Amino acid sequence: MNIKEVIAVILIIAFFLCAYFLFPKPVEFSQTVSIILTILLALTLLVIGVMTFMGRYIERRVVFLFVGIALTLPFFMQFDLPVPISPEVQAAYDELEKLPEGSKVLAAFDYDPPSAPELQPMAVAFMKYAFQRGLKIIIMGLWPQGPQQADQAIQTAFEVIPELEDKIKYGRDYVNLGFQSGNEFVILRMGESFKAMFPTDIYNTPYDSIPILKNVKNYSNIDYCFNFSAGKPGTVEWVQGAVDRFNLKMSAGNTAVQAPMAYPYLQAGQLDGLMGGMAGGAEFEKLTEHYDKATVFIKSQSFAHAVVIVFIIIGNVAFFRGRRRKK
Amino acid sequence: MDWTTFGVWLAAVFTLGIISFLYRDNIFYKLCEAIFVGISAGYWLITFFWDNLYSKFYSQVTDPVDPQWTPWIGFVLGALMLTRLFEKIGWLSRWPLAFIIGATAGVYMMFYFVSNAMLQVSATILPIYTGSISGAISNLFIIVGTFCGLIYFFFSKEHKGAFGGAAKIGIWFLMATFGASFGYTVMSRMSLMLGRLDFLFGQWLGLIK
Repeated sequence: MNIKEVIAVILIIAFFLCAYFLFPKPVEFSQTVSIILTILLALTLLVIGVMTFMGRYIERRVVFLFVGIALTLPFFMQFDLPVPISPEVQAAYDELEKLPEGSKVLAAFDYDPPSAPELQPMAVAFMKYAFQRGLKIIIMGLWPQGPQQADQAIQTAFEVIPELEDKIKYGRDYVNLGFQSGNEFVILRMGESFKAMFPTDIYNTPYDSIPILKNVKNYSNIDYCFNFSAGKPGTVEWVQGAVDRFNLKMSAGNTAVQAPMAYPYLQAGQLDGLMGGMAGGAEFEKLTEHYDKATVFIKSQSFAHAVVIVFIIIGNVAFFRGRRRKK
Repeated sequence: MDWTTFGVWLAAVFTLGIISFLYRDNIFYKLCEAIFVGISAGYWLITFFWDNLYSKFYSQVTDPVDPQWTPWIGFVLGALMLTRLFEKIGWLSRWPLAFIIGATAGVYMMFYFVSNAMLQVSATILPIYTGSISGAISNLFIIVGTFCGLIYFFFSKEHKGAFGGAAKIGIWFLMATFGASFGYTVMSRMSLMLGRLDFLFGQWLGLIK
């Protein structure tokens, strides 16, 4: 470690300690400051572009730094971005809207904390919407931490809308069946019997003594399914095992990296609707009028995407300049 | 400092340790990575012990009211997998492997034939004109993209002339698909970073409103 690196580490630690002990909380930039910072960022990128064109290339760590700044700054800025609704998110919302009060919805939580930044805002918005609409939610997970994520989403929903906590009762309005190992085989077996796969709920309450599960034998007693998925097992397995085999109607919320795999099912009508990544979450929040994390995060993401696009252009300039120089 | 605050500080230090890899590989990153890998391995071991060995085997075969005998089949097959550790009887591990491969292949064949072959093919048999220009363009894209994409993967005829042209269009469609997929991946990774930054600046430092 050279002296420059030691100074950099000390500065980073000093920044975070100052931020923890000295900065006013919360930090919020006025619109003027927000505009000035955006212009400064744009000008710096322009300078980098000009430098690259003149043959002075920057190192990759500068790209990381700018992406980090672009992701962080919008947390403190005051501006709104338009969130246009895509047909696939609208379709998912419309299908949920069609469900009458008291409909039983199977919510499969197939993700874990690493994917929570993308999927948790969708899950929270879904829970808030479902509870307000009076839908009965049956939660389960094919990922061990999925049911815990569902519990967190419910707690957040109760914190944001406190009256829900008095209105919604566990066992009557929702149940958490917990995790079951076995991947797609669980989905197949549930087509015959939910109880065979989940003899008790997450708190070891016997299946038959849970009011919401009365008359729920298999998928034929479920009005709709919503799957939050970050990989395998997830939406693909639910479509293959439950939708196509047992005619279950389903929409899904996927991480952005998984969404392209789900689009063919959407186009073929095997999925009713699809929310892809943070953008899907922000659109769903807008449709349900529960503005939360996804709406905030999408600003940061749009900012960072703009920076990445600029760096792609700069990278291409550097590439073509280098090729011409070689010739 | 209560336990929650201590946990938040610990998570913040580990987050910074992992992010420090963006600068370059270092001892702080290696330490955080090693701790994370160790904890993950321990977590999964315990999860699979309680969710599989205990709940799917032990609790079922020792049920005082209705003891099951079928979990013993799985137990014996699972135990046979361990025979790989012994050279002389290692061949026995092929039996459970054959069972897993056979069962999985059977289920997947059914899954993929219906969902990824038949229904996907039927979804590409579309009318070119649907009543709206945008719908017609969309359907035309799907038809041309599927047709040319399939031609690209037909290697029994040299990609020349009209056939080669169609294959070239096919590869353009494939490239567009890869591009969209890559774009989504970038979006996904940004979201993960956002989650960490939200934690650092929000939950830890308390700077976000």
